[in-house]
Amino acid sequence: MEQFAKAAISILFDGVAYAMLLFIISVGLSITMGLMGFANLAHGAFAMLGGYVMVSLMLKAGVPFLLALVLAAIIVALISVPFERYLYRRLYKAGELDQVLLSIGLVFMATATITFFFGPSTVSISVPEFLKGQVNLGFGIFPAYRTFTIAVGLVMIVALWYGFERTITGAKIRAAVDNRRMAQSIGIDVDRLFVITFAFGSGLAALGGGLAIEILGMSPTFALTYLVFFLIVVAVGGLGSIRGAFVAALVLGIIDTAGKYLWPDGGAFFIYAVTIGILLIKPEGLFGKA
Amino acid sequence: MTDTPSDSGFTPDARLYFRAREGWRWAEALPWIVAIAAFFVFPDYMALGTQILIAIIFALSLDLILGYAGIVTLGHAAYFGAGAYATGMLSAHLGWGEPISAMLFGGLVGAALGFLSGWVLLRYHGLTLLMLTLATAILLMEGANAAEYWTGGFDGLVGISIWPLFNHFEYDLWGHTYYWYALAVLFCCFLVARRIVHSSFGRSLVGIKGNVNRMHAIGTPVHGKLVKIYTISAGMAGIAGGLFAESNAYVTLDVMSFARSGTVLIMLVLGGTGRLYGAFLGTVVYLVLEDELAKLSPEFWEFGIGLLLVVVVLFMRGGMLGALDDLVAWARGKGKP
Amino acid sequence: MKIHKLLLGVTALFGLMAGQAMAETVKIGVVLPYSGGAAQFGEQIDRGMNLFISQNKDAFGGNEIELIKRDSKRPGGDIAKNAVQELITREKVNLLTGFVFSPNAMASAPLATQGKVPMVIMNAGTAWIPSLSPYIARVSFTMWHAGYPMGEYAHNKLGCKTAAIGFTDYPPGKDSRNAFTTGFEKAGGKVLEAIPMGGPREVPDFTPFFQRVKNAKPDCFYIFVPAGNHSVAVVKTYASLGMGDDGIKLIGPGDITQDTKLQDMPKEAEGMITVHHYSADYDTPRNKAFVKAWKDAYGADTTPDFMGVAGYDGMAAIAHAITAQSGKVTAEGTMKALSGWTYDSPRGKIMIDPETRDIIHDSNVHKVVSKDGRMMIEVIDTIPQVKDPCKANKIGKCK
Repeated sequence: MEQFAKAAISILFDGVAYAMLLFIISVGLSITMGLMGFANLAHGAFAMLGGYVMVSLMLKAGVPFLLALVLAAIIVALISVPFERYLYRRLYKAGELDQVLLSIGLVFMATATITFFFGPSTVSISVPEFLKGQVNLGFGIFPAYRTFTIAVGLVMIVALWYGFERTITGAKIRAAVDNRRMAQSIGIDVDRLFVITFAFGSGLAALGGGLAIEILGMSPTFALTYLVFFLIVVAVGGLGSIRGAFVAALVLGIIDTAGKYLWPDGGAFFIYAVTIGILLIKPEGLFGKA
Repeated sequence: MTDTPSDSGFTPDARLYFRAREGWRWAEALPWIVAIAAFFVFPDYMALGTQILIAIIFALSLDLILGYAGIVTLGHAAYFGAGAYATGMLSAHLGWGEPISAMLFGGLVGAALGFLSGWVLLRYHGLTLLMLTLATAILLMEGANAAEYWTGGFDGLVGISIWPLFNHFEYDLWGHTYYWYALAVLFCCFLVARRIVHSSFGRSLVGIKGNVNRMHAIGTPVHGKLVKIYTISAGMAGIAGGLFAESNAYVTLDVMSFARSGTVLIMLVLGGTGRLYGAFLGTVVYLVLEDELAKLSPEFWEFGIGLLLVVVVLFMRGGMLGALDDLVAWARGKGKP
Repeated sequence: MKIHKLLLGVTALFGLMAGQAMAETVKIGVVLPYSGGAAQFGEQIDRGMNLFISQNKDAFGGNEIELIKRDSKRPGGDIAKNAVQELITREKVNLLTGFVFSPNAMASAPLATQGKVPMVIMNAGTAWIPSLSPYIARVSFTMWHAGYPMGEYAHNKLGCKTAAIGFTDYPPGKDSRNAFTTGFEKAGGKVLEAIPMGGPREVPDFTPFFQRVKNAKPDCFYIFVPAGNHSVAVVKTYASLGMGDDGIKLIGPGDITQDTKLQDMPKEAEGMITVHHYSADYDTPRNKAFVKAWKDAYGADTTPDFMGVAGYDGMAAIAHAITAQSGKVTAEGTMKALSGWTYDSPRGKIMIDPETRDIIHDSNVHKVVSKDGRMMIEVIDTIPQVKDPCKANKIGKCK
């Protein structure tokens, strides 16, 4: 029995930590896809860029971990602006095939560029002392870095909830997701909103990328390797829904972890089976607009 | 695209128009002449040539659903892989290595899988369909990995031994036999595809792609037609997979990978969708460029293909053939749906 | 920042020695991953080969060699196989070498037989690969060179009664699992469980697998993951779960304490015990000279690891085979020349076993220690001149 409880707690904890990472990276994709209707497969490339900006900041400029994390998010958010303005914007009205191809093209270019400058190997960083080893949370001893990841995830959720539900910009974004034409006709500057949201989503992805270095490692193939997971979170959660992305990340994170723990031979079988199951029943995702 | 006419009641003009569309043009002989000439000009490149021909069959199968019926999928490799494993296992486990029947068996398995999955998946569209096709293909790959006893798992399926073609033409290291074999299969597949897209069934698919609500409104059984073309396409992909297994005598999980699904999509779009020959041009350009450029530097190649995609999407919506169309104003049936 | 150098199809052309009219040009097809996540291995082996060539210009008996390089990309088998086919039919190479991943070597083996082209394997470590073609010789190592002695050592010297195994789920992983299990259980230990931990292509989040082992509380935790990106994540996960405090010893083949990755590991790596045949920290004059030449050639911040040495030794073997046949390379001739070939490698004395065409070398017990602020390998024991135990004991596919 004790063994069982121990297993359950570790599955839950690791699953939630993994889920937070998925959530932070994917939520931006969910919002941009919901708002702009753009199937942006290059979202993972912005996360990867965040990881590499962070590595450069820490190793080349000696910026401390936490500051580098925040700076990476801001820098990538700024970098993403011209992409939205000059590339993505041209395809908002195109079909998803064109969008998929454009963004996959960008992923290839990003991967090649990163390989050119940083080499093909995984890069890693050294996290500050307080994030190494284990911490005692009172109800158990847990890995410090994962605890930190969960904390960041929770902070992001609260901030996002506040931003979307309690600020004017958030209200405008919600309005535009619900009905873009109507929002435009009541004087919301949707173009500007798009830039802001896109930059914000990319910045969040970069934050997630920075956090992921320590857990998943960072290499030029990151953008493509984990793309499928991000897309699954978005599709299962429902486009444009923060709550959806959160629940989907939790479900998938915990199920994936449990599958690996309880049935390691099954590989990644679970996560895809669950995805298909959910999408067959709810094609618009758990919290998507029908 | 003009409004899709119903099966009867064509005005003479329209009938002439469709007959002209369907008729063979001299330019259509060109790819076949090139394929035959390539054998004599580059005899040392036939191993690559065979892989190109197989990839063309695969891309052609995708064109049927993407270019004509508008089904966007990120999991078409599932059927290619199913065909490859079916053909491979037939030989490795049951000892049947007759190439043509083994390949057709691969096609049959691909088609069966296409029918089953299509019947369920084609009720969905847009992003949901993208994700479902993607997840289905990966699930199948994980299944193949788990069924190690049958598929060899990650080690790959070894022990495939294919008999000589017509009991006479042996497989050779230079790929000469298989080049002709693959070319013949491609030609048959092409004839089938061409017949389909010019049939009234093919035209109704284009109608579904153009405006699905209108097709519903005029009473077309949309789902049934989509499943039908999806099954045919999956069967063709399975044939390509079977051919792949035979020419390599080795099958690994890679045959079902996301990378393969993505690559075939890219090849087709580069060439141009909805025009059959786009599959030819896109595949040849992609694979030859890869073969040559990747030798110089893999990063250059990866960056180059990315850039090419961006350029095609932004400036050449119809792919290379589309650009060619615009350039020469070659065909009268220019109205791409 | 290091600019990735252009990989030109033809990179090395070495001039005729004056007056040697009989010199031949030997074309060597090199199949290595030059792109994707595994490109770091391709780079190591490539550098090892080039270092040998630049140091030993006259080792080739006055013959010219031409390296024709092809990218094998992924471990899937088909790309490498196509590359090999093309190298044989189009480039008409006399010799094949490289091969990092086992599936790639396995898929290519029938072509070596069919085309009668000898194949010198520089890494792929699944034990039974040389049995796939009579024209394969291996200069690197097999999973059993490390796994089997590790099993014996873990029980007899480290005092582990029980062990858990975590392995990456592909041929060398399973091979390594079998090697360790055989060695450990023959010595009297008990393997509690063997956990497959995903495929080799991407680094998974190891936590759930490790958590399972942590709860099972074995004395030793034997890990096989492919060299490179996986190993750092392994040690980090081991550290973050505090498994060392629970008294679980982390052991494995030297793949998980690769020299190039050691400095990225957290301090919990200290005390890890692995069995392997090479580390850049070996304190021998031969190795010191080798490491110095490497750093001179490729920069002070680079380190050779066991793959770099395999590239170096492989080129030495090829040079020997070319010289022995006066540049007229055949498959039979090459195998004859390599049979019983010995060499004073940076890793110590090596020999190609005439029976199995596989390598014989010392397996050393490595301990990770921290010295002067950097992680280092210390050799604490040596098992001399190990013949691949899989073939020696005729286990499974090794016959």
